[in-house]
Amino acid sequence: MSNQIEITHSFAGVDFPQLERSLRHPRTLVSSLLSLLTGFVTVVACVPLFSVLFMLIYRGGKRLSLSLFTQTPPSAFESGGGFGNAIVGTLTMVGIAALISVPFGVLAAVFLAEFGPKSKTASAVRFCAKLLTGFPSILAGVFAYAAVVLMTGSYSAPAGGVALSILMLPIVMLTAEESIKMVPHKMKEAAIGMGATQTQVVWRVTLPSAMPGMLTGVMLAVARASGETAPLLFTALNSNYWIMQDGNLALMEPTASLAVLIFNFSGVPFESQIELAWAAALVLVLIVLAVNIGGQVLSRKRVTR
Amino acid sequence: MIMTNTLDSSIVAEPNTNGKNVVIDCKIRNLYYGKFRAVRDSHIPVEEGQVTAFIGPSGCGKSTALRCLNRMNDLVRGFRFDGHVHFRGKDIYHRNVDPVAVRRYIGMVFQQPNPFAMSIYNNVAFGLRLNRVKDDIPERVESALRGAALWDEVKDKLKNSGLSLSGGQQQRLCIARAIATEPTVLLMDEPCSALDPIATRRIEELMTELKEKYTIAVVTHNLQQAQRVADKTAFMYVDTSDGGRTGYLVEYEDTGQLFEDPKEEYTKQYIRGEFS
Repeated sequence: MSNQIEITHSFAGVDFPQLERSLRHPRTLVSSLLSLLTGFVTVVACVPLFSVLFMLIYRGGKRLSLSLFTQTPPSAFESGGGFGNAIVGTLTMVGIAALISVPFGVLAAVFLAEFGPKSKTASAVRFCAKLLTGFPSILAGVFAYAAVVLMTGSYSAPAGGVALSILMLPIVMLTAEESIKMVPHKMKEAAIGMGATQTQVVWRVTLPSAMPGMLTGVMLAVARASGETAPLLFTALNSNYWIMQDGNLALMEPTASLAVLIFNFSGVPFESQIELAWAAALVLVLIVLAVNIGGQVLSRKRVTR
Repeated sequence: MIMTNTLDSSIVAEPNTNGKNVVIDCKIRNLYYGKFRAVRDSHIPVEEGQVTAFIGPSGCGKSTALRCLNRMNDLVRGFRFDGHVHFRGKDIYHRNVDPVAVRRYIGMVFQQPNPFAMSIYNNVAFGLRLNRVKDDIPERVESALRGAALWDEVKDKLKNSGLSLSGGQQQRLCIARAIATEPTVLLMDEPCSALDPIATRRIEELMTELKEKYTIAVVTHNLQQAQRVADKTAFMYVDTSDGGRTGYLVEYEDTGQLFEDPKEEYTKQYIRGEFS
């Protein structure tokens, strides 16, 4: 017969293992300090983001009004005005860039993921795309300057679009490849088993299933492109006018963009323009945010067709 | 590379088919994945309106043999086939034959339920659209779902994702998807191995109903299942004598005959559960 009390007694005099947490133990101490450190560093990492957001809302928020979206920028000593033309310009150029980079990026990704994943071409292309993600954006501008501005003879929205598309292409391509690879093999097998050709498998099963991931990639790329300034300095320059003038689309003229407007106005000594730059920065951040949220919502809807 | 040769008839003893119509006559002399010989010397006829089961220990090539019947093995790198598969008298491994077309007549249900990431309705309509069927798609979808004994469970949520269903329902959805295009033969590769016993039972009942309209070939590692559903059973075993692991057909018989009075020693041992 076992007796619990006796069992407890049998430990008497034996060194009892110490189970309580105590900071006197070096191991516990180091562990707690490291936990504290990681928490601290995380908070520090968030400081720039939130301070920028705070300043944007504080300085740009008070200038927010409808006229920002409907008017063109004021000259040096004027007050009021807006940057509607720059918003339209940014959207136009990012749109052109997306029109170029999405088809190229997605089709290239289909090749990388489906047709020749292990071929030499694929690994060379993949390597180039990875290099291109770190490509200095100003060089994309120089390229588009040589390829489009010099060829057409003018700064223009398409030139800006081409420059941005170079920056968007690798992001679209690599994320699309990843999301195509994520489509379960058994799903493709099912389609093949039903007598789908390879093209049908790609169009009807792989790409629709990979759509949420690809959309996320496109949104990332759009977000990056809309904030780019350097490539636009060489290619779209800037403008104080609307891209639509008297009912004509002035596509092949210098075009305004939010990023270049912020760049230009933040360096001037005129209060009104500086305020406008803050407001433009806030609007740019809001646009990027809206694009991201829109992408998330869209991609969630697309899961079931 | 696929080799097609006419075979001399003396691979194995001619199986007894009782004069029934053989829809698929599958003679595998040698089947390689690269240098690996996966299956040899197997002659398995699939009779019209019957359920033919492929049984045997794992690695005996039963799935590989099944996947020959609609050229799914073509997707595997290094696959080489020496033998023939006559579908209604025509060799589907002939070089003029398009494997894509073959698969439209010989449908397949896989081990893992694999509905597409789209609505239940679109899952079933998928094959119809592939075949450019334009008329009566809703009616055909309904009758396929009824055929797969799934209609009553999903008729109010046809727009929901196919992935929202339970495992057993997903597998029946895959069966509905496969029969929507009314194939001649339905291949099922261990269709119940990922399912619980109740769902398994439903699929088995379904197979018995489906054989009224379709010819079925099923791979199973479950002997009771073969006994319950199959009219004909092919027992395959692994030959390790030449250092590899090559599967081959040991015995092909009426299911009752094979389980009650097997001719071959390996079959007897396997049925008694002496190895698996």
